[in-house]
Amino acid sequence: MTNNQSYGGADHIEALLALADDHLILGHRLSEWCGHAPMLEEDLSLPNMALDLLGQARNLFAHVANLENCGKSEDDLAYLRSDREYKNCLMVERPNGDFAHTMLRQLYFAAFMQPYWQAMEDSTDDTLRALAGKAEKEMSYHIRHAGEWVVRLGDGTEESAHRMVNAVVALHPYTDELFEISAPLQNCIEHGLLPDPTPIRAPWQAMIEDIFSQAYLTIPDVPFPQEGGRHGRHTEDFGHLLSELQYMQRAYPGMAW
Amino acid sequence: MSKQPASTPLWEVFIRPRNGLNHKHVGSLHAADGDLALQAARDVYTRRGEGNSIWVVLSKEIIASDPDLSEENFDPSSDKIYRHPSFYEIPDDIGHM
Repeated sequence: MTNNQSYGGADHIEALLALADDHLILGHRLSEWCGHAPMLEEDLSLPNMALDLLGQARNLFAHVANLENCGKSEDDLAYLRSDREYKNCLMVERPNGDFAHTMLRQLYFAAFMQPYWQAMEDSTDDTLRALAGKAEKEMSYHIRHAGEWVVRLGDGTEESAHRMVNAVVALHPYTDELFEISAPLQNCIEHGLLPDPTPIRAPWQAMIEDIFSQAYLTIPDVPFPQEGGRHGRHTEDFGHLLSELQYMQRAYPGMAW
Repeated sequence: MSKQPASTPLWEVFIRPRNGLNHKHVGSLHAADGDLALQAARDVYTRRGEGNSIWVVLSKEIIASDPDLSEENFDPSSDKIYRHPSFYEIPDDIGHM
């Protein structure tokens, strides 16, 4: 009998997939900027960050695919699931919007993932422990880069400040979901496989407040946080994203390069 | 990609490939200030492990020699071969110097 709650069980697979999906989908969104960034320097920087995220996603998918009970390959997981089977949080699938939206989303996500990867260094899952060190460094850079831009746009021209405020209003309602504890994650936390996001909340908030104070931004009240991604309920934009992400594997099954 | 606004200055980038070596000029980039210039330099010039230290300098702060003066600056040294350390014998047992 398979124990759903222990290493390699259904809950472990489900919780790892949610984590992998966050990285895959945000990496894909960032990659959409390639060739469209406001300046050449950012046109290299954004795909750099996208590649960090895709690399982390790939490691996580490979880890899941290697678990005995998974029965799917890395490519199956990344490219051949239907929309409801993806468990990424909604924030990472939001369209890029303008540069302010993209940088704020990156800051929100990295400010969460950096301490979360750090906490994974104590995981009972050997593979996660091995992945955590590098991922944590990459996330530290994302925080620095996105944070600097949020400050400069917020404290920039009238136009850039206005765009930054709009981005906060649009994206802040999606931040709650980063800290959501699904049933599979709860079981993984109890078995020491994945960290509890709850202790990260206060430092996350403090970091955002610090950057916002330099950027003349304020954290808005969010009466109705947006959630659903962890249960496979996605926004309309997600279908369009998947059609592009999955096109190649759907059109040419098993294609490799 | 749009043209850089006049307010985005040009920076020269220097990378040190390893400890003990000198920083070398590798190119230039546009950035609003020093912090962003360092980040852009990291993203543009160190993607393949090119180095472990970056300097950025505002291009306009560099004081360059005048090309029109290159004859008086550099030509006089061309016929003074005695300035090259090539006029002494290295004993065999010293080996490679």
